Amino acid sequence: MRAGLRQMNILSPARAKWLGVALIALTLIGLPFALSSVGTAWVRIANLAILFTFLALGLNIVVGFAGLLDLGYIAFYAVGAYAYALLASPHFDLHLPFWVILPIGALVACLFGVLLGAPTLKLRGDYLAIVTLGFGEIVRIFLNNLSQPVNITNGPQGISRIDPFSFGSFSFSQNETIVGLAFSGPIKYYYILLALLLLAIVVNLRLQHSRIGRAWEAIREDEVAARAMGIDTTRIKLLAFAMGASFGGIAGGMFAAIQSFISPESFVLVESIMVLSMVVLGGMGNVWGVVLGAVLLSFVPELLRYTVEPLQQSLFGRSIIEPEVIRMLLFGMALVLMMLYRPAGLLPSAVRKRELTKPQGREA
Amino acid sequence: MNLLELTRLEVAYGGIKAVRGINLKVPEGELVCLIGTNGAGKTTTLKAIAGLLPVAADAIRYEGAPIGGARSFELVRRGLALVPEGRGVFGQLTVAENLAMGAYVRSDAAAVSSDLERVFSLFPRLAERRGQSAGTLSGGEQQMLAIGRALMSRPKLLLLDEPSMGLAPLMVQKIFETILAVAKDGVTILLVEQNARLALEVSSHGYVMETGLITLSGPARELLTDPKVRAAYLGEAD
Repeated sequence: MRAGLRQMNILSPARAKWLGVALIALTLIGLPFALSSVGTAWVRIANLAILFTFLALGLNIVVGFAGLLDLGYIAFYAVGAYAYALLASPHFDLHLPFWVILPIGALVACLFGVLLGAPTLKLRGDYLAIVTLGFGEIVRIFLNNLSQPVNITNGPQGISRIDPFSFGSFSFSQNETIVGLAFSGPIKYYYILLALLLLAIVVNLRLQHSRIGRAWEAIREDEVAARAMGIDTTRIKLLAFAMGASFGGIAGGMFAAIQSFISPESFVLVESIMVLSMVVLGGMGNVWGVVLGAVLLSFVPELLRYTVEPLQQSLFGRSIIEPEVIRMLLFGMALVLMMLYRPAGLLPSAVRKRELTKPQGREA
Repeated sequence: MNLLELTRLEVAYGGIKAVRGINLKVPEGELVCLIGTNGAGKTTTLKAIAGLLPVAADAIRYEGAPIGGARSFELVRRGLALVPEGRGVFGQLTVAENLAMGAYVRSDAAAVSSDLERVFSLFPRLAERRGQSAGTLSGGEQQMLAIGRALMSRPKLLLLDEPSMGLAPLMVQKIFETILAVAKDGVTILLVEQNARLALEVSSHGYVMETGLITLSGPARELLTDPKVRAAYLGEAD
């Protein structure tokens, strides 16, 4: 009996935590094979979900940590994607390896981040949102029109036949059988994306608890007081824009490689809003909340796409409402309900939770 | 030696001159106050000293060096700390997090934690509420936190902007007692106040500011008995 009890004690909180981590790791490793048994399309959806999570983590630095509302975030994704496409496609007949281009894409996006950040340093809230929104549109319009007089972006036709990731003869776009397992292109991409995402999560978590993270928190709360603390607010705000943009640039590069075709249409305002929704839904400033929000908003619409149509067919014998319409309707409703009942997000950050639940300033 | 010296300091917002050429000295180790009514230019003067407003370099000397127009975050590193008007605590952060933010420019962790203990012994109330978010503190507690947070940067010169603002009389008394305690610890203080009597009682030297100019100055004790000050600021008729 005693021994039995001690046996049960093996599941102490610390051990339970590790067991949980191991289970999640195993699930993530096995996921693409499980998904590909349903259909390769689902592996692609998982890959896009990871990409969007990566993007949401980048935006979380700007919006969640530093409190700077950015409605044009997708522009950095576009810059990274085009940087990759121009340097690894027949368009300019350049074929640089991906480990060279991804850092270049991050750097170029980072420059664009500073370009956006520098003139908007004094803006906050709604005003900043409007300028960033304009910035996102400017980038997209440039991409649409930079085909004349010199053809740089190939305009609305976009750039096609973009090189996939490859190490020597090992290409990420081909099917391969390794130790008896069939690795399709998307499955190979899945693992490299997953690795990069883990890296992004670690960077986000470290940033949050660093000196820089505390400085962002101070700026979000009260900029004048932050300066009185000795925080170089100019530099720290630019840093938020630059780091967020770099994340976007890397994600864009991966997107270009996976899709092998990009055009300005992939970088419209709705995409920026989608990424922002992921951050807000999950919980601004909370890394795990943002991950949850991004995964939910990536998968649920896809699930709906595959269920709404058959459901209507079986109920009414025909499709009454287009799946696309229902998706947007449910999506909007979900956001409204969230704002009403969980305004700080699904997994709110400790600070935001306090902000929205506790009464403010009681006077002496 | 003067830790801080203002020489013909002028500060303008757009075309309007809020401070029109003032001279002021804060000797090392002393508590000097700047009193005056609303809109006299007191807060503007403090903001200019703290590097939050652009002014001519030579107009402000700190430790003998011109600092006018220097950037505020650099001044904090040089030992100049501002407790802003209206306290400016980080409402969503806890008391402990606020105090940690005060030590943002410091990297000597051991000394920071001993300073934290000092602040807690100066303000036992803050120690009790260290895990509470600052926005839920009372006005007086927030003022204590703002002063404590400024002390965490180990300042040589502490600039206090209206610490009595909006507080109950008992709390004002308490705040002024701690200001005196901080001054006794060797921190030089420039205090801006509307509560002229209290400010003059704790200070060694006082300046009276009116519409952007210094109209009177001298040892605080003398100002307390000056008939003009008594009539205008202490609410006493002759």
